[in-house]
Amino acid sequence: MERCDLVITGGGPAGLAAAVSAWEAGVRDIVVLERDQELGGILNQCIHSGFGLHTFQEELTGPEYAGRYVEKVRRLGIPCLLDTMVLELSPEKVVTAMSRERGLFQIQAGAVILAMGCRERARGALRIPGFRPAGIYSAGTAQRLVNMEGFLPGREVVVLGSGDIGLIMARRMTLEGAKVHVVAELLPYSGGLKRNIVQCLDDFGIPLKLSHTVIDIQGRERVEGVTLAEVDANLRPIPGTEEHYRCDTLLLSCGLIPENELSRAAGVALHPTTAGPLVDESLETNLPGVFACGNVLHVHDLVDFVSEEAAAAGRSAARFLSGGGARGHRTIPLRAGKGVRYTVPAAVDPVRMDEEIVVRFRVAGVYQDVSVVASCGGEPLVRKKRMIVSPGEMEEVRLKRADLLAQPDAEEITVALEMKA
Amino acid sequence: MYDILIIGAGVSGTAIARELARYEASICVVERCEDVCCGTSKANSAIVHAGFDARTGSLMARLNVEGSRMIPQLARELDFPYRNNGSLVLCMSEEDLPALHSLYERGRNNGVTGLRLLSREEILALEPNVREDVTAGMEAATGGIVCPFGMNVAFAENAAENGVEFRFGAAVTGFQRTADGWRVLTDNGPLEARIVVNAAGVYAGELHNMVSERKLRVIPRRGEYYLLDHAAGGFVGHTIFQLPGQNGKGVLVTPTVHGNLLVGPNACGVDTLESVNTTAAGLEEVRQKAENIVRNLPLGQVITSFAGLRAHEEGHEFIIGEAEDAPGFIDCAGIESPGLSSAPAIGKMVAEMVRDKLLLSQRKGFKATRKGILNPAALSFEERQKLVARDSAYGHVVCRCEGITEGEILDAIRRPLGARSLDGVKRRVRAGMGRCQGGFCTPRVMEILASELGIPMEEVTKCGGRSRMLAGVNKDGYAEGDGHGAV
Repeated sequence: MERCDLVITGGGPAGLAAAVSAWEAGVRDIVVLERDQELGGILNQCIHSGFGLHTFQEELTGPEYAGRYVEKVRRLGIPCLLDTMVLELSPEKVVTAMSRERGLFQIQAGAVILAMGCRERARGALRIPGFRPAGIYSAGTAQRLVNMEGFLPGREVVVLGSGDIGLIMARRMTLEGAKVHVVAELLPYSGGLKRNIVQCLDDFGIPLKLSHTVIDIQGRERVEGVTLAEVDANLRPIPGTEEHYRCDTLLLSCGLIPENELSRAAGVALHPTTAGPLVDESLETNLPGVFACGNVLHVHDLVDFVSEEAAAAGRSAARFLSGGGARGHRTIPLRAGKGVRYTVPAAVDPVRMDEEIVVRFRVAGVYQDVSVVASCGGEPLVRKKRMIVSPGEMEEVRLKRADLLAQPDAEEITVALEMKA
Repeated sequence: MYDILIIGAGVSGTAIARELARYEASICVVERCEDVCCGTSKANSAIVHAGFDARTGSLMARLNVEGSRMIPQLARELDFPYRNNGSLVLCMSEEDLPALHSLYERGRNNGVTGLRLLSREEILALEPNVREDVTAGMEAATGGIVCPFGMNVAFAENAAENGVEFRFGAAVTGFQRTADGWRVLTDNGPLEARIVVNAAGVYAGELHNMVSERKLRVIPRRGEYYLLDHAAGGFVGHTIFQLPGQNGKGVLVTPTVHGNLLVGPNACGVDTLESVNTTAAGLEEVRQKAENIVRNLPLGQVITSFAGLRAHEEGHEFIIGEAEDAPGFIDCAGIESPGLSSAPAIGKMVAEMVRDKLLLSQRKGFKATRKGILNPAALSFEERQKLVARDSAYGHVVCRCEGITEGEILDAIRRPLGARSLDGVKRRVRAGMGRCQGGFCTPRVMEILASELGIPMEEVTKCGGRSRMLAGVNKDGYAEGDGHGAV
């Protein structure tokens, strides 16, 4: 069997940034396995701009952002196998993969970085009743068809879900000559970034209907129309609020799900809220030497933060491979407190952690004038004020190693929101 | 002029065609859709019923028991997925115990073997996710699960290989008597045959009533289902039924041969023969009924829902035989549950009927076996390595959720009666049937279909007809002078 120090499953933004940072930290035997025919992952279909403001201090398109990392990986000479699907990962870190060129093969990895990204929640999982005709697309599938392949999936469009891809696609479909009638959002707030609502809907006069959902799909062969209804506080459709839209296409942008079938089969423990692996401060899963980063870990809003997280995973893998960074004597669990849905990481080891780590999380609702507080045994470690927080925008708080070392008896760190009295 | 024209390429029609292919005769199957298995045969419980349910002495009971006995061997001969997982009927209250016992008796009277009454404890030991307030139950060891698409496609391919002709995209619109038999009018030209077999599923009543004064009433009754991800496939091992009550069989919870979990169906009267839409109320009813028999049903793992129509005949009996006032017109109507389980026996029965009527002789060279689409996932590592080395298309995974390779998709398209649409591919090899429901593989499968069929991408359909996947190319709506200006 082939051996390789570091196998990275996925050549999207997470996998590429992890590869570069692992190299920079001294790992020389790396392979990136990518299932698509090119590197860059989903960024290749994100031809709009807005990427890279944090990482490169300039505004890039998705392919440009990916290109920067692809270029780095090429320059470093890190091998990337394209059109290569990972079929299985064993707890002993044997990776089984397959491609046209190399056939079916196995690699014994010293360390593995999981970077498989996420998938879109499909109509079936949303349980939207009605017929099952052609013309129902997840927004990302439509984005690929339009942006990479030049095809228009439909001309009269309704979008369900105001996730970023849905907002971006409402604009894209309009620019390509389709009529986007409405974007409906089940929740009373959008799941997308504020800037996308302004630039993709408001600027094009596309209405956003909050607290609305699709309750029926008509058309036996091709979509002929959908029925929207307003929903109550329990998200139940309110009788009498039905509105019919004639359309040939329904785009769905109703959430992303980290794609962890490979991880689960390997025995990686998953977080019930994020559906991504449970990781510690080194982004290491319960399987020693198996790390996770990017959207397979938890769904991000901005690729810049994916790159940052992936770089940390790359460094952790390098440290693992060099025999350093054994887990310390204790890890302190991180608890999602009031108003916080989850934290990544879910635990920290104060001995082996970097001087400072970023804890990312999402809040449970839209709140104004709050403080984000990380506390330990009732003592606040960090407190920061936020004018407004919403579930659509990932939040972060930074923990310092020194602070944690000063709490030798800490049993738990809580990240919570303090509402204004 | 054919000897025999079979209307409908569902599981009944193709089972009949495959059995008739044993004889010297010219046979054609005419189907209104673009593919086999497009009606009731594609949307049902995928169950091989043991045969305890139908009324003793009925044709339904006889054909069910006979069909379910034939399926295991057919699955080997024709290479379609079948598993003998056994079924359990649950009795949820003391008051229903007499009904359970009479079901047991009925099953024995129907000739079902392997029936066993179980105590509450025995049931919970077998199936820990059954509700703890279960009272008693019955196990049917011969119960099984089958891939309904796989069985239907297998019958059709084997029939085609033995010389049966198939015409798709031709809906029957009327009949004329001729000196030798029938002239069958379709929306794609007329066809003539000495014998017509009406296996038109929910349309069988309508067609029968065009030729006969002894009217049949086939009433569509919709059943809605949830299909759950592989992650939930082990939720139950057996097919779990609730003791049949006033409204049919209630809902069942069952693994599928592909490792998913299937929950449903309800039973709801509908207005049209095309009402295969799901409804919020129907799906909610399925959930509630399922929770009457199992606990902690992982509905968070639902990957899709669908609805199918039962071709319910008002007497709840299979209507198989020559119409009294229409010689040479053989009905195969009212084929609702247990129609799938009975299909092989229906095929045999109708074929023998036609054989005797036309005095057909055995055809030499009938090939009784058929090789299905190769499933690389079932091979050993070394075998699979060799396969990919021999044909690199088996090294390219197209549908990541189900792990389906380009090689399998090409096979599905290239074989006789191959797939012509995304749904056709999906039914044959499951590409797009997984948890992402085609989110990633749809554009890739479209490309393969376009290339194999020699058509532009814009003409690729989901399921034939007007179900085109694409409206056009970017900006093609910006015609000159439409006010948008040049882009």
